[in-house]
Amino acid sequence: MSEPETNETDRRLTVFLVDDHAMFRAGVRAELGAHVDVIGEASSVAEAVSKIAAAEPDVVLLDVHMPDGGGRAVLDAMRRSHPHVRFLALSVSDAAEDVIGLIRAGARGYVTKTISPEELAAAIRRVADGDAVFSPRLAGFVLDAFASRPDVPVADPELDQLTNREREVLRLLARGYAYKEIAKELFISIKTVETHVSNVLRKLQMSNRYELSRWAADRRLV
Amino acid sequence: MLVVRIALVVLLGFNGLGLLLYAAFWAVLPQQVVTSDPPQRRDLAMLLPFGAIGLGVVLLQALVFDDSVAGTAGWLIAVVAVGAGIIWHQSDPTKRRLGGALPQQPWLAAVVAESDRRFFLFRFIGGGVLVATGIIGVVAVYAPAGSFTAVVNGVIFALVGLLGVGVVAAPLLWRMFNQLRTEREGRIREQERAELAAMIHDQVLHTLALIQRNSADIKEVQRLARGQERSLRNWLYKPTASPTERFAAALEQAAAEVEDTYAITVETVVVGDTECDERVGALVAAAREALVNAARHAGVQTVSLYAEVEEDELSVFVRDRGAGFELSGVEDSRHGVRGSIVGRMRRHGGKAEIRSAPGDGTEVRLIMSVARESVAAAKEAAR
Repeated sequence: MSEPETNETDRRLTVFLVDDHAMFRAGVRAELGAHVDVIGEASSVAEAVSKIAAAEPDVVLLDVHMPDGGGRAVLDAMRRSHPHVRFLALSVSDAAEDVIGLIRAGARGYVTKTISPEELAAAIRRVADGDAVFSPRLAGFVLDAFASRPDVPVADPELDQLTNREREVLRLLARGYAYKEIAKELFISIKTVETHVSNVLRKLQMSNRYELSRWAADRRLV
Repeated sequence: MLVVRIALVVLLGFNGLGLLLYAAFWAVLPQQVVTSDPPQRRDLAMLLPFGAIGLGVVLLQALVFDDSVAGTAGWLIAVVAVGAGIIWHQSDPTKRRLGGALPQQPWLAAVVAESDRRFFLFRFIGGGVLVATGIIGVVAVYAPAGSFTAVVNGVIFALVGLLGVGVVAAPLLWRMFNQLRTEREGRIREQERAELAAMIHDQVLHTLALIQRNSADIKEVQRLARGQERSLRNWLYKPTASPTERFAAALEQAAAEVEDTYAITVETVVVGDTECDERVGALVAAAREALVNAARHAGVQTVSLYAEVEEDELSVFVRDRGAGFELSGVEDSRHGVRGSIVGRMRRHGGKAEIRSAPGDGTEVRLIMSVARESVAAAKEAAR
């Protein structure tokens, strides 16, 4: 998406891959080799849970769809015991219920598998820094889910509504703008853009809006 | 058919031979299936001949043998016949014919055929009571006259008989119910599997074959893979909406066409949806033109398409990070931009704005304001 080089000099990040397709793991490992250290991989939920606990990576790249419960199961097992490990969901699917479900389970971002290696590396760094990563489609879903509907009462305005600024940022994300470009367009700093996106992520995880719980609840595929 | 019935009625005279034959034929011979819809239930009126036959037997017996015992026996046989007839007749002939799933014995099948539970129960109990009464009666009549114990014995025997039938038939019935159920489940699964197999065969295998054949041509391979991915996604996730009716579906179709034609990726994000009308159609056409321009001139693999439906306006953004161009320099020569995008939007009461600079990509912004009521109505309809 943008500036993958920002913190590259600090320290190489450690990344763990969870995906049931060996071919895909090998591909990602090769692509990411130049940017981060891939310190382990797992092909099943059980394997992932034990190996991540041992390896303690900075970021886990997590496949949404796996035979025995998927990324959701890994997140549920790891979130409490290892809060410092950050999760970035990676999937071929961009169905709303998968995306929202994983974000609400604790993933800090979501990207599709068609993402370029540079963008993936940038996304990993962003997640490692505690920021959020939204694909254009995820931004679209969020706009959709938080659309103001006159007939739906808002229980908690702080959590259930987006501010105008957050809405603008999401719109630009959905239009394919990188953070840097959004900052330029809105005359704000990149850091501010990141703050807005992180706030949206928090709302996405905490809000009880009907659309969110519905999407999070009905996952049609595993 | 009628002739046969008359002949049988005549045969009745010979000690009820006709009745027996009729019953036997009726049970064994398949009833002619009337194929015209809807499949009708067995007519209640068809019970009439049965009753009449029973009555005839009784009358004949009473006339021929002036013996009261035999006469009563005839009565009772008639009651048994009618009871059996009820059990038998009320079953649905089309269901009875349910085919290989049901066991060979037609009478069991008749009992199993689940048409209406209450009706089924009624006929079963009613028929059972009649049969029992008949048996008791026969026993009572042929037993030494006036013996009360004989009647009690008769009742017991009848109950034992019914119980026996129940014990024998129950596991069989149970198995049949199960068989039927698993059969039905199996059929449904089989159907789903067949549908999936057909889809995979028609689409996925076909695409894989094409990819193998065109493996040297990267563009073609990408185009094939992209198209297949899109159709699988649609198959998995999307409720199908008609592109002629819904804004989002129309945009997605336009994006798909451009992807297929120019072998690029269009990242489509649509927020909200609305009904299509002439102006929405124009907006979609302008967006399509913008996508085509980006695909042709930008020289990039990915183009972003974002559309949002708001209360009072529809907006579409087409953006690429490609070559870009100097707006003032080329405007006149490029009919696509002037006529198909800017002009079209203006004609339909919308506006188009193009931002571009050499080396900095291009963004086309299309905005169409809509009357508030129509959007509200569309939202209502969508709900």
